[in-house]
Amino acid sequence: MDLLPWGGLRRGSTVSVRGSTSLLLALLASATAEGCWAAVVGMPQIGVLAAAELGVAVHRLALVPRPGTDPATVERTVAALLDGVDLVVVGSPVAPNTARRLTARARQRRAVLLSSASWPGSDVELRLERGTWSGVGEGAGVLRERRVSVHASGRGAAARVRGADLLLPAPGGSVRIAHHAPAAVEAV
Amino acid sequence: MAVRTLVLWCRDWPVVAASAAAELPPHVPAAVVASGEVVACSATARAAGVRAGTRTRSAQACCPELAVFDDDPERDARLFEPVAAAVEELAPGIEVVRPGLVAVPARGPVGYFGGAAAAAEELVDHVAARAGVEAQVGVADGLFTATLAAHRGLVVEPGGSAAWLAPLDVRELDQPAERRAGVRGRTELVDLLRRLGLRSLGDFAAVPERDVATRFGAAAVVAHRLAGGLEQRPPVRREVPADLVVTREFDPPVERVDAAAFASRGAAERLHAVLAERGLACTRLGVHARTANGEELHRVWRCAEPLTPRGIADRVRWQLDGWLGGATPTAGIDRVRLVPEEVVGSDALQLPLWTGAGQDSREAAERAARALVHVQGLLGPRGVVTPVLGGGRGPAERVRLVPWGDERAPAADPGQPWPGQLPAPSPATVPPAPEPAAVLDATGADVGVTGRHDLTAVPVALVVGARRRDVLAWAGPWPVDERWWDPEHAHRAARVQVLAAGGPGELEQIAYLLVRRGGRWAVEGVYD
Repeated sequence: MDLLPWGGLRRGSTVSVRGSTSLLLALLASATAEGCWAAVVGMPQIGVLAAAELGVAVHRLALVPRPGTDPATVERTVAALLDGVDLVVVGSPVAPNTARRLTARARQRRAVLLSSASWPGSDVELRLERGTWSGVGEGAGVLRERRVSVHASGRGAAARVRGADLLLPAPGGSVRIAHHAPAAVEAV
Repeated sequence: MAVRTLVLWCRDWPVVAASAAAELPPHVPAAVVASGEVVACSATARAAGVRAGTRTRSAQACCPELAVFDDDPERDARLFEPVAAAVEELAPGIEVVRPGLVAVPARGPVGYFGGAAAAAEELVDHVAARAGVEAQVGVADGLFTATLAAHRGLVVEPGGSAAWLAPLDVRELDQPAERRAGVRGRTELVDLLRRLGLRSLGDFAAVPERDVATRFGAAAVVAHRLAGGLEQRPPVRREVPADLVVTREFDPPVERVDAAAFASRGAAERLHAVLAERGLACTRLGVHARTANGEELHRVWRCAEPLTPRGIADRVRWQLDGWLGGATPTAGIDRVRLVPEEVVGSDALQLPLWTGAGQDSREAAERAARALVHVQGLLGPRGVVTPVLGGGRGPAERVRLVPWGDERAPAADPGQPWPGQLPAPSPATVPPAPEPAAVLDATGADVGVTGRHDLTAVPVALVVGARRRDVLAWAGPWPVDERWWDPEHAHRAARVQVLAAGGPGELEQIAYLLVRRGGRWAVEGVYD
């Protein structure tokens, strides 16, 4: 996806994704399909089926659903994962100091740290601005696709605010860039 | 228990092939070189002091009349096909391990010829008569022992592998010919073992397997099994699913090797991808070809290590080269089928002790495995899980979470029909336990589902937790009659997709997957 300022996830960076689990999963898709490993910490609610439909290679996906409530254990868990796993998603809340230490560790280990909430010191923050579904009506049809606007903001090379329109999910559950202007949203 | 195996081995095969291709008489000293080093030499060259590993220049210095050939795996494979065919005439079910080495299950020929020694003699004579090649035969339990026996032209008694291997030099684990065939060498391991004072295979085999695993890594465990006369891989093999065959049709039929090889490369990559998708890797590859005249050609390649896409493509090219270069087919090939005859779980792949070029993904797997085991140490074995997709109706029941390191078997067959299964997209958020909700109609009354799978009223509001949201649209219900045959566990449920209006600070539309069970609504997923 050409959404991030450098064209994709960059090793060593920290990216926070707010307000959309499917956007978070879509970011894992191409990297895991190319042979990278991913781990998701503290998100017992992650939809693995949706992940597979978005293109995540789930056999290279490890889940740590409940890293515990002790902040020290959470930090050690995430740090251990950053040592060996290419992409680490953190869903547990962490203190700002811990967040900075983990961001530094990701940079040092050349891993990508992703967070499902805002993260102090993140290089890029992605946010879903608008999302309109099509496919369902008054008791008819089935959810087919959602047209969303993603906004990226960040520091350094990423300081320029950028946006992109995506189909997330596109029909069939994958993700695509939405090229033409949104058609009239059906039956809403 | 290792399978009793008969191995036919042609000494110095690359040189024999090169000399035959150049029509060089066998007594002329010859050597095959790759990147300035001798990789194989003939007996006469050896007598003059040439060895594998000698620099080409010094080899020519000690043996001035040495004929030098470039290394060419395709030539080796092409000229080996008649040998393989000759063996097959007497012993069906052959597997080419590499050009120069064929393995056969020993039971057939040994029974037929009335003894291992007699079978060996028959095979050597037959290969000499049909292919004009000198060969040696060894019979033993397991491929590794049988190969070493073939080097010596011996028959090792059933069950006697470990005792026979024990006095042999530990350097036998590192066969230069295997290294050339793309198998990771064991040079460093052998070197290390010798420095530790483990000089014979018996010494190494006497070390407990657990100690080998913890100190030297998984690759050494394989070597350790070999040294103890066991099969290379533990006998836990996967059944090969029938749909993993990759077929490539050629129209018009191809007659030139390079064209066939080029066209087969895509098939090789596809096979690898199909296997990798299922977390498998191929250790025995069947190459089938059909000629325009309807002849079926078939050969199995066996590999010590799971095949890479490159490894598959090489073997297909070698085999096609052998068929098209020889006199076997009467017309061009119009179809190639690649059949994985034996597969292993790719996560059971030996995580390497050392890594070379082109092993990035395996290296990534090893690093990830170490990190995940580390976390299991912190949180307990069930703290790290991997998802396996299987059959089922709801988004949660189609996913099974397996503790890291356990076998990744799906809970239910994904291939079966699952009536009531919702089409993609699936919800990206699936609460571990469905969250109670209420669906209300215009009067504020509960909306139910009738026995005919209709909603009892038009839904107007959705209440989740303390939040009330307006319903914009909905779809369904999709009925689910689960376990209707079992009165205790039977339950009827229905699923509905609801599109609700978001509040301040939220997206304007939020899509939910709701389920109604026992007269109550619950949120089963959110399409966020």
